[in-house]
Amino acid sequence: MAKYLLLKHYRGAPAPVNNVPMDQWTPEEVSAHIQYMNDFAARLEKTGEFVDGQALAPEGAWVRYDGEGRPPVTDGPFAETKDLIAGWMVIDVDSYERAVELAGELSAAPGAGGKPIHEWLEVRPFLAAQPTVTECHFK
Amino acid sequence: MDEALLRSLTPGVLAILVRRGADFAAAEDAVQDALVEAVRVWPAEPPRDPKGWLVTVAWRRFLDARRADAARRRREDLVDEEPAPGPAADVDDTLQLYFLCAHPSLTPSSAVALTLRAVGGLTTRQIAQAYLVPEATMAQRISRAKRTVSGVRFDQPGDVATVLRVLYLVFNEGYSGDVDLAAEAIRLTRQLAAVIDHPEVAGLLALMLLHHARRAARTAPDGSLVPLAEQDRSRWDTASIAEGVEILQAALARDRLGEFQAQAAIAALHADAPTAEETDWVQIVEWYDELARLTDSPVVRLNRAVAVGEADGARAGLAALAELDSALPRHTAVAAYLHERDGDLATAARLYAEAAQKAPNLAERAHLTRQAARLNSRRRR
Repeated sequence: MAKYLLLKHYRGAPAPVNNVPMDQWTPEEVSAHIQYMNDFAARLEKTGEFVDGQALAPEGAWVRYDGEGRPPVTDGPFAETKDLIAGWMVIDVDSYERAVELAGELSAAPGAGGKPIHEWLEVRPFLAAQPTVTECHFK
Repeated sequence: MDEALLRSLTPGVLAILVRRGADFAAAEDAVQDALVEAVRVWPAEPPRDPKGWLVTVAWRRFLDARRADAARRRREDLVDEEPAPGPAADVDDTLQLYFLCAHPSLTPSSAVALTLRAVGGLTTRQIAQAYLVPEATMAQRISRAKRTVSGVRFDQPGDVATVLRVLYLVFNEGYSGDVDLAAEAIRLTRQLAAVIDHPEVAGLLALMLLHHARRAARTAPDGSLVPLAEQDRSRWDTASIAEGVEILQAALARDRLGEFQAQAAIAALHADAPTAEETDWVQIVEWYDELARLTDSPVVRLNRAVAVGEADGARAGLAALAELDSALPRHTAVAAYLHERDGDLATAARLYAEAAQKAPNLAERAHLTRQAARLNSRRRR
């Protein structure tokens, strides 16, 4: 049992295969895409593998501390489009292989022409809480 | 209301219902109803025979549910012919429940969830909290598991090794929420040891007790990891250690060695040493040889390399390590440690930093990063 984060990117490199922008799809194709993802989440709830998921707005900013007594510096929208994260889902599965299998399924969401969009998804394991047993012999 | 008593009685009651022919899921529902009833009634009218009381009420609930289900009238007639419930001490039934919950057709996470629910008597919410998943997710996981085993015949002997693996998974999961899963695993393994005479069950119980005994010393107040050699041994639970050692010795005397007994023997040698320097590393290496023979696990051979490094010197440890796949988890961390012991601080610092990148949990990552930082700042001086 391990938790993984599936990250969907608005635009990630390298380019997806069925690379037609969403606003060029038919409304039915958009609905089918959304339905696919809802069904995917619902199915994972049933298998007991769903933890959480949210979509993110594309607007965002870089923010950092700018010294004592000064307001934080914000630097407009993201400099690089590859940093735009569209949404995420957290799953709790038995193996890494299962996490990759599910990410592959999510990446097969239909796009233009009802064909899978083959979009890139990022799969990242969570750093687990400390297990009980691990004893450090090594310093 | 004695919640611990209720929880200890639950698996036995459930097992009796299933043994009498109730479907696993229906039996579980009926037992839950009976527990709710117990919480309501017992404070005013404590029963003389709590288990018999629970069996009677649960069985009545089960029959009620069946009667309400008109489409299943025929099966209802069948169960009505079953004998009237009464007090019984069927330890065997509980044992079957362990096997059912650890059935090979279940995924590890399902088996763990079902065991905690059916044998441990935990609520779905408690289990969900312990595993940091939504309650709905855990409920689905459990109901899927129930469906998976609902067709499994109850009278087939199960595989002890599978049950032990499930209990060890629970133990290793640690603790969060309001349930201490390590303590829960020990409780369930104790119950199992009481109903089954098997040296590996005793081996696992000893192993858990010995690990658990050192828990308080394993982390600093800020949550950071304290390596074995630096642990404050006065904080080890000596009563648990004594119990673990005693159980282990009785198991070993039966001359049917298994991997849990061998692991427990290593844990016992650590627990027995008054100081880290007095650890009997030579004997620990011998036990790792036994373990490697029993399991052929690369992780075991990795741990063995650490022990060899302590028993025969860092060079010998590095030689043992060189024979292993460098992609093994914690391989880099072990290499870093052995290089430091060998005096090669530059290599050790680089490897600690690399190991930190690959660490599977936060505490270990922070620990390894501090080791790299320690060596780097010493080299700058």
